Amino acid sequence: MKKSFKWIAFIMVYVMILSTFLSGCSSNGGSTAANSGSGGSAAASNDSEVIKIGVFEPLTGENGGGGSQETDGIKYANEVYSEVLGKKVELVIVDNKSDKGEATTAVTRLIEKDGVVAIIGSYGSGVSIAAGDIIKQAGIPAMGASCTNPMVTQGNEYYFRACFLDPFQGTVMANYAIQNGAKTAAVITQNGDDYSTGLGNFFKQAFVKLTGDEGSIVADMVFQTNDQDFNAILTNIKAANPDVIFAPSSIATAPLIIKQARALGITCPIMGGDTWENVSIIDVAGSDAEGVVISTFFDENDTAATDEAKAFVKGYKERLGGDDAVIPAVAALGYDAYIIVLNAIERAGSTDGAAIRDALAETDGFEGVTGAFRFDENGDAQKSVAIIKTVKDGQFEYLSTVTVNE
Amino acid sequence: MKKRTRIILTVILAAVFIVILTLLDQGVLGDNYVRRVLNLAAIYSIVAVSMNLVNGFTGLFSLGQAGFMAIGAFTVAIFTVPLEYREAIFYISPQNPILAQIELPFFAALLLGGFIAAGIALLIGAPVLRLKSDYLAIATLGFSEIIRIVFNNMQSITNGALGIKSIPGVKTMWLPFGVAAISIAIMKLLINSTYGLAFKAIKEDDIAAEAMGISLFKHKQLSFATGAFFAAIGGGLYASLLTSVEPKSFYFTFTYTFLLIIVLGGMGSVTGTVISSFLVTLGLEWLRFFDEPLTIGGVAIPLFRSGLRMVVFSILLMTIVLFFRNGLMSNKEFSWEGISGFFKRLFSRGKKEAGSNE
Amino acid sequence: MSFDTFLQHLTNGISLGSLFALIAIGYTMVYGILRLINFAHGDIVMMSSYFMIYFMSAMPWYAAILLVIISTVLLGVLIERVAYKPLREASRMSIMISAIGVSYLLENLANYIFTGVPKGYPDMPVLTKGLHIGSLSVQSASIVIPIITILILVLLINLINHTKTGMAMRAVAKDYETASLMGIQINRVIAVTFAIGSLLAAIGSIFWGARYPSVYPLMGVMPGLKCFIAAVLGGIGSIPGAVLGGFLLGMGETMLVAFFPTLTGYRDAFAFIVLIIILLVKPTGILGEKTTDKV
Repeated sequence: MKKSFKWIAFIMVYVMILSTFLSGCSSNGGSTAANSGSGGSAAASNDSEVIKIGVFEPLTGENGGGGSQETDGIKYANEVYSEVLGKKVELVIVDNKSDKGEATTAVTRLIEKDGVVAIIGSYGSGVSIAAGDIIKQAGIPAMGASCTNPMVTQGNEYYFRACFLDPFQGTVMANYAIQNGAKTAAVITQNGDDYSTGLGNFFKQAFVKLTGDEGSIVADMVFQTNDQDFNAILTNIKAANPDVIFAPSSIATAPLIIKQARALGITCPIMGGDTWENVSIIDVAGSDAEGVVISTFFDENDTAATDEAKAFVKGYKERLGGDDAVIPAVAALGYDAYIIVLNAIERAGSTDGAAIRDALAETDGFEGVTGAFRFDENGDAQKSVAIIKTVKDGQFEYLSTVTVNE
Repeated sequence: MKKRTRIILTVILAAVFIVILTLLDQGVLGDNYVRRVLNLAAIYSIVAVSMNLVNGFTGLFSLGQAGFMAIGAFTVAIFTVPLEYREAIFYISPQNPILAQIELPFFAALLLGGFIAAGIALLIGAPVLRLKSDYLAIATLGFSEIIRIVFNNMQSITNGALGIKSIPGVKTMWLPFGVAAISIAIMKLLINSTYGLAFKAIKEDDIAAEAMGISLFKHKQLSFATGAFFAAIGGGLYASLLTSVEPKSFYFTFTYTFLLIIVLGGMGSVTGTVISSFLVTLGLEWLRFFDEPLTIGGVAIPLFRSGLRMVVFSILLMTIVLFFRNGLMSNKEFSWEGISGFFKRLFSRGKKEAGSNE
Repeated sequence: MSFDTFLQHLTNGISLGSLFALIAIGYTMVYGILRLINFAHGDIVMMSSYFMIYFMSAMPWYAAILLVIISTVLLGVLIERVAYKPLREASRMSIMISAIGVSYLLENLANYIFTGVPKGYPDMPVLTKGLHIGSLSVQSASIVIPIITILILVLLINLINHTKTGMAMRAVAKDYETASLMGIQINRVIAVTFAIGSLLAAIGSIFWGARYPSVYPLMGVMPGLKCFIAAVLGGIGSIPGAVLGGFLLGMGETMLVAFFPTLTGYRDAFAFIVLIIILLVKPTGILGEKTTDKV
């Protein structure tokens, strides 16, 4: 048995090396080309009839929840607008597993093997930043949907984003807290998460500036990825007695922080960033989530909505299963990212990376479902509006819209 | 087989290898994706052989490779990022002022990482290497985690958990493959020397070895430190390939991949390890299609979705551990006699034959 | 630090410690009999939590708890049969690699079946009710868990010392081959050991879920390692040792963060440093007995 095993193993080696070469040589990937989104087996069709757009999101791992929702928004957009320049648009979806190493491999695969003309993604600033260099070198334009850290687009003329930035978001939250009477704040951030650390910092800076009090941040706590026990941190915060707690963390840790804080008898308001707009937080935290305040990109009940937005809300709610469903903001952003890219391809009139990039840079006033789009010289969407929501009766409820004039 | 025949065959094999590599490198064969996967396989083979040196040849159950890789990776990362990018990367707290001035050429940083790792291995080894096998495993795992956690927190040196990016990349395939060839050659030379004999003796029965006059401490330290050195070299190349590193990538579960590679290849065989690193790396990529929905003739097969790839991978690992404990090559090495004997037996299976040297 | 805050930290520490203790017992029992570090134990706790989520959504809580315990025990015994039994004669390295493989498989399986998105552990009001005693805020679970842990400890000590099965387990732990020569059913004893270990894992997962209601595939990795370290700290192979080690480690970790908030990053490292120290100073652990290695 041992000998035949060796034989089989040798054959396997040759087959695998051979297949890797062959699949590398042919213009389309062989068995590894993904066919998602449209559901059909379009791989056999002629390559030039299809325009491929890459989607790189975390579908598993720490940010899998948000990534799946964003991907779904993109898929829906693909169903609604499935053609451009007379060709079918095909989505190639790759999972970056919320891991920076995987992100670089995933993006390389999208660009090299699948030959995508543009990339949408990712949820999670960390992985977006990691993939940025490869995207820049390859000259393929990328549109981030919900990654808010400034480093994603800084110095990278090929990366654009459809959402607001963390400095803006931090200022908004600080503003809101102070307007509601807070004089001291405690901040909890996740070590190693660019989003969390960055947003936490911007909040701190804004809060100190607005209160004029250097010591207004009474507690500044850091936890590790995968930590579950926040009791020690929260006990220390309780002792510092802040007026408000700002904890921009991932979806996984949010309900733990909320529940443990309430269990320890902390009664001050708890605030989070845009990642907290996720139903699973309410599910897990239960009644303890009441009164939590978050900032986000999208309000489905916005009465000033454009026709596009109204159609999106109606259609997407149906897709989610009914009027009671709440549309996650990242899905709306994913939708916007897709249609902006499509619009740029159309205006560029070609699938050349540089041409699409230039068309994106020239976008002016394009109406998406989360607002009108124009990109500044960094590739960031000039958005001056943030929505504040709170949890009431087990649901996210619109609280107010904040406009900051910079 | 005559010595001359052996040499000719080896030269031919080497020539074929060089030709294929040049073709790949120049872009005639394959694309960036293929190059990347092959480079990764070469890098993994360095780390796997280093792990095999310690676990397979010396019998020390060490699970600390991920930590040493991290040392190598971060040394390269810290010292080779061009000076003008550093401020942007260290945006939470500035880089340690001494380090911020130093930029080293790639090979210098690579070797530096190796020596630092070897030094730390000697430090760790002193107390830990006398523990029994399962305790040694947990202790080395513990150190690997401690290294990672320390890197996670040293904000001004390693940029903490944010990691470092914009590391200059790997420009040519000759870099990983060349370094791999040299590293593996060195390790093989070590194994074939008297030190290697001592290692094997320690693996078989360390008490008897000691009774025969082999200094356990000295040899275990040598093996452990060499393993750490080359793991760090592998780590440095890894950082280069990925162009960005973070401590999170070096969670101890990373070591499991190398464990699988050495078990699959055969714990006492360098050739086996090299072959299986390529098998596993290529296989992991090839298995990606398990993660995508699969339709055959328009019928969607239900099981295929994200995550299936790793399940299949783990089942493969379990199967090998349970049924093919000796791996591909158990403890035999590549030899032309072996191959010709193999083919001879293949073609004369029907006939009864006296066993050859297999 | 005010006394109240200190008291609160103390309560947190005891609560965390008793959780560690429960799971550490599972490790120590298996190691005592088989000399095997069951890397998969933490992942069994994880699977047990997922079982709970699925059963709770389909039936009332008492039935769900029963089914969870039964399925976890079955899982544990199955793992032993499939992955450890065939390797009993093999080298220690092989069986450890097998344990690592099982752990890896369980994590990937959970990731595939349940996806990586964290799910909420069903709320059990009796355990999660918040109690306020003076200025202390505790969950009722924080009081229940240590009590149950001590109860289990007492039960187990009785089992080991005063029943026939217990005697068999002690015999196998002492000398595997001689025990089998004396007519003890080794397979049965090992199966019972794993069954008890998995039972404790199931109970541990219920309490863990009450305290930390976020369930995801990798939730068992760190706690599993730490609980193993706790078992080593207290004396591997000794059940009271495991409980002691669990409390010490839980308290230590909480106090570290309490007194040195800037060191929260090193919280996990604390456990590993403790491990190294104890392995170097007294490898048999606090309550362990010295054994001599025969050549």
